[in-house]
Amino acid sequence: MSENKQENFFLTVDNIKVPIEGERNILEVIRKAKIEIPTLCYNSELSIHGGCRMCMVELEGRGLVASCSVPPVDGMVIRSNTKEVRGIRKTVLELVLANHHQNCYTCGKSTVCNLQQLAKDYGINNIRFKRREKESPIDVGLCITRDPDKCILCGQCIRMCSEIQSVGCIGFGFRSSDAEVLTAFNKNIDETECVGCGQCTQVCPTGALMNTSNIKDVWQYLNDPTKTVVVQIAPAVRTAIGEPFGFAPGEVTTDKMVTALKAMGFDYVFDTCFGADLTIMEEATEFVSRVKNGGTFPMVTSCCPGWVNFAESFYPDFEKNLSSCRSPQEMFSSVIKSYGPKMWGINRKDLKVISIMPCTAKKEEKDKDKFKIEGDPNTDFSITTQEFAQMIKECGIDFRNLADTPFDHPFGEKTGAGVIFGSSGGVAEAALRFIMDFDENPPAEHDFAFKAVRGMEGIKSAGIELNGQKFNIAVASGLANTRKLLNDVKAGKVSYDFIEIMACSGGCLNGGGQPTSKDRDYKLKRMAGIYKNDVDQKLHKSQQNPDIIKLYKDYLESPGSHEAHHKLHTHYEDKNLKKKYGVEK
Amino acid sequence: MCINREELVKLKQEMDETFSSFKKRVVLCGGTGCMSNGGDKVYDEFLKVLAEEGLDVTVDLKKEDKGKDLSIAKSGCQGFCQMGSLVTVLPDEILYTKVQAADVKEIVKESIKSDGVIDRLLYLDPRSEKKCKGVKEIPFYAKQHRLLLKTCGRIAAESLNEYILNGGYLMAAKAVLEMTDEEICRDITESGIRGRGGGGFSTGLKWDLARKEPRVKKYIICNGDEGDPGAFMDRSVMEGNPHGVLEGMMIAAQAIGADEGCVYVRTEYPLAVERMNKAIVQAEELGVLGNNIFGSGKNFKVWVMEGAGAFVCGEETALMASVEGKRGMPMPKPPFPAEHGLFGSPTVINNVETLATIPVIMAMGSSEYNKIGTKNAAGTKTFAITGHVANTGLIEVPFGTTISEIISDIAGGVIDKDGKINNDAFKAVQIGGPSGGCLTKSEWDLPVDFDSLKSVGAMVGSGGLVVMNDTTCMVSIADFFMKFTQDESCGKCTPCREGTKQMKSMLEDIREGNATPETLETLKDLGKNVQLASLCALGKTAPNPVLSTMKNFKEEYDAHVNLQTCPVGECEDLIEYDILGETCIGCTVCARKCPVDAISGEVKKIHEIDQDKCIKCGVCFDVCKFDAVKRG
Repeated sequence: MSENKQENFFLTVDNIKVPIEGERNILEVIRKAKIEIPTLCYNSELSIHGGCRMCMVELEGRGLVASCSVPPVDGMVIRSNTKEVRGIRKTVLELVLANHHQNCYTCGKSTVCNLQQLAKDYGINNIRFKRREKESPIDVGLCITRDPDKCILCGQCIRMCSEIQSVGCIGFGFRSSDAEVLTAFNKNIDETECVGCGQCTQVCPTGALMNTSNIKDVWQYLNDPTKTVVVQIAPAVRTAIGEPFGFAPGEVTTDKMVTALKAMGFDYVFDTCFGADLTIMEEATEFVSRVKNGGTFPMVTSCCPGWVNFAESFYPDFEKNLSSCRSPQEMFSSVIKSYGPKMWGINRKDLKVISIMPCTAKKEEKDKDKFKIEGDPNTDFSITTQEFAQMIKECGIDFRNLADTPFDHPFGEKTGAGVIFGSSGGVAEAALRFIMDFDENPPAEHDFAFKAVRGMEGIKSAGIELNGQKFNIAVASGLANTRKLLNDVKAGKVSYDFIEIMACSGGCLNGGGQPTSKDRDYKLKRMAGIYKNDVDQKLHKSQQNPDIIKLYKDYLESPGSHEAHHKLHTHYEDKNLKKKYGVEK
Repeated sequence: MCINREELVKLKQEMDETFSSFKKRVVLCGGTGCMSNGGDKVYDEFLKVLAEEGLDVTVDLKKEDKGKDLSIAKSGCQGFCQMGSLVTVLPDEILYTKVQAADVKEIVKESIKSDGVIDRLLYLDPRSEKKCKGVKEIPFYAKQHRLLLKTCGRIAAESLNEYILNGGYLMAAKAVLEMTDEEICRDITESGIRGRGGGGFSTGLKWDLARKEPRVKKYIICNGDEGDPGAFMDRSVMEGNPHGVLEGMMIAAQAIGADEGCVYVRTEYPLAVERMNKAIVQAEELGVLGNNIFGSGKNFKVWVMEGAGAFVCGEETALMASVEGKRGMPMPKPPFPAEHGLFGSPTVINNVETLATIPVIMAMGSSEYNKIGTKNAAGTKTFAITGHVANTGLIEVPFGTTISEIISDIAGGVIDKDGKINNDAFKAVQIGGPSGGCLTKSEWDLPVDFDSLKSVGAMVGSGGLVVMNDTTCMVSIADFFMKFTQDESCGKCTPCREGTKQMKSMLEDIREGNATPETLETLKDLGKNVQLASLCALGKTAPNPVLSTMKNFKEEYDAHVNLQTCPVGECEDLIEYDILGETCIGCTVCARKCPVDAISGEVKKIHEIDQDKCIKCGVCFDVCKFDAVKRG
């Protein structure tokens, strides 16, 4: 393929000359000519499947080819809009639609559904084929919901799950028109090794894979006058929530969110960035204590529940490496449920905590027994950014033109360190901002950025010096990258002291619960939004947060104290299914 | 441990000496057809009777057997399956047909202990009404050109020594010791052989592509995933001449520089799996396979992989996925296997028949081989011929043989509805398996090769040949093959997965009287799109049976749709049985035979069918001697 990278190589599509610049297929080259080739199974970040056949074009000398599967060669002449090509695309769409549960009105993907859009674009007003008769049960998991009747077998979810996330809990089963995307032994998704990251729902072109909805549950509490309903919003939500309302990715709309939530009837609106600051206090303290007292290294972050699930299933031997800190969501909910009743003079049972997260895995995390007290979960329900947007629409709120409202107190203050949790590298950077204060020559106040751990790269690393001692830090996002990094650590190929891991590529800003985006650069834009928001904050280090300082003073004593451990830390279990079923000892 | 060429030549000489010391040689066909016709019992009976008669027999050729009275061998399929079980007595070249255990004593007495011929066990040619003594006189064999199958039907399938007796592994030795990889590729390219698995790509060129790949690790795969209904060419070769397949693989490996080979056999072929495994063990023990082959310093090892029975695994990329332990689904090409194949290494995948032909080509010389067949299709091709013909079975003919020669001369002609040979009853022949096309009388004299068949909408495919007479409903045939391809679609690409399902559904509508002229249009349009847009050859060819029958038997489709009738009375929902008042004599036979008591009537009075009760089984139609039952 190297010759494709040479300069002055061109192909011609529909009489437009387009340069070849190392693209892996002619599809990508054609798109550069601003000709949209329709696809259902193609995804530039995944391997080539070649199954939907929507991208067929006519290649001179070779006839009809799937443009996703043909590497570009200098001098190729392509026609993307012949009678045959249009005929194939229409036929394929008709075939897919005939086998698709066409209840668009009641489908959560309606208006953002690829298939629906293509059917409209190609003017499919009549389907000549027999409709699907089979009805499959819907699998409602804690994090994701699978509706096989809407699946068009494009396989994007399978490739996402195995290639990017290296989890591989779904695959094709059966043959012919019986083919289905299945879990092993057709178990419910919650009984598999699914880590709940929800990345499959991000790539699903239809409504076959969706965030499991808890909107109804939230309304139920809001409608109940006896309940005090508190909500916390995660850092990454603010950089994407605007998108369904016409904002560009990365346009931060924090204060509008607060207004919207107040309008919905939430009693207290808090920022999970506060929880993130609290996490840094505990996690960085844990790191410093491991250094001092000799603990297990590398110490690995534990704020991402998708990653924690992955570790428990695939890397149980890293149990001691994992930080014992709960995630910001769980720390914050624990604090609210512990001290809120006294603060507001109500019973714990009448206090309900809702979290709004960019994440689907949080729905499973909040359901863990260890985060419940006598059966009462610290976080009552966790909803995603997608669900939040849905609720805003349901209320008829004109989000775009909403006024600003600040967060409530006493947990309303946050620092930039908490904000950057939303991006891969953010937790490591926030921890560094804490740890570096222990240095004999701490960096200047304005010098809070550690840029080596920023960016979209899958595995990043940096080195710091603290009082003459060198520490190596690695940051991984995406679980296949994580697997690579951990295998290298296990094999002794690399050595790190501190590792930050986020299950989703790029971190929470690309979480499974975020709105799906058509902007090809959405991750970078959301990331830029987060770092800009960090700069906009008054404070940049968690240890400077006055509400955090007060919290320790009033209730938690000090970071790493007995009380802090009780309320803010956790333990892990070995969930390896191979061990469970005796396949592997 | 390796054997060098001199040792191999010496072994062959020893076998020659031993073999020529036998007075007689008996070969029983060990193919499935013959075995199910009592072949096993015949073989046991031979051993018993020969022992009783005090004859010294060798069943497994060895040097020490020199001077024994005779050798007896169970060969692979000899092809004349309709006439099994088959017993050949050599050197007299007598072929006895339909032999039963009870005949063995007489054969031993007349033809083994003396040189007589038992007339009643000879094949009677129904056309000339002459008895035929051996293969030269039997039209089924006389018109064939058995290059590949010759060995299959003559040697004991499980005997390495018999293979060596016939020059086995000498061509592999030649390739390894005397030829460069480039020379082998050139030689095979010049022979003109094209892949026998369906694609018809030049075998020599395919090898050359893999040869040019600079990688060290390369694989050769033998594709034995024969899945077409009614096809058993590859199975017969693997069962009858497993060492021939291995030798072909060795030569191919030498040509591309592979040191490992895999024989992919579907698990439904247990005997082929067993024989291939046994042959590998034998070849390793002798030292032709393994490390340092023929003392050349080169290694080659082979293993057998059993496929789980998915038809699509015959497709190269799906097959490799299956070998790698993944789901058997085709991948887009490029990359081609020659460049990025099994476990990412350059790989050549050849069909069983192709590989087994390689030693034959080298033995006869590529220019000689090239003279057989047609300009663009050299050599011979095996076909499994089934359906309405006198002689079903396995045949081998040079490319260019016409359809009429195959059906009429070799297969003995078309069988009509009364079981008589009558070529006028010929309606269609389906060539190339479930994805092939249906040809009609107008192609009766078409010479068969890759290009000629393609030009009329069929294909050589793997070589299935189903002959149909005029009692066959072409819509039903299309429906049958569509069901097969739909069941076997892997489900990956939309046109094949959904398209074949919809085509099948439309064919059902046509057969059930629920179709309109629009259905036919949609069917045709969809069929063309499935051909154009499918990912692999399975989908690209799946519509062939439908489109070719729609073209060649348009009136039959029209009758189903417009007249709501099945002209040959096969589609149950479109037919009705009635008793013709003027013809019925009231014999009561139909009423008595009707399984559901749907026919009423008194003796010598006109009978009547209760249409509500009738299940359309057609018994009344079959039993009426007066043609008083009308079907329509």
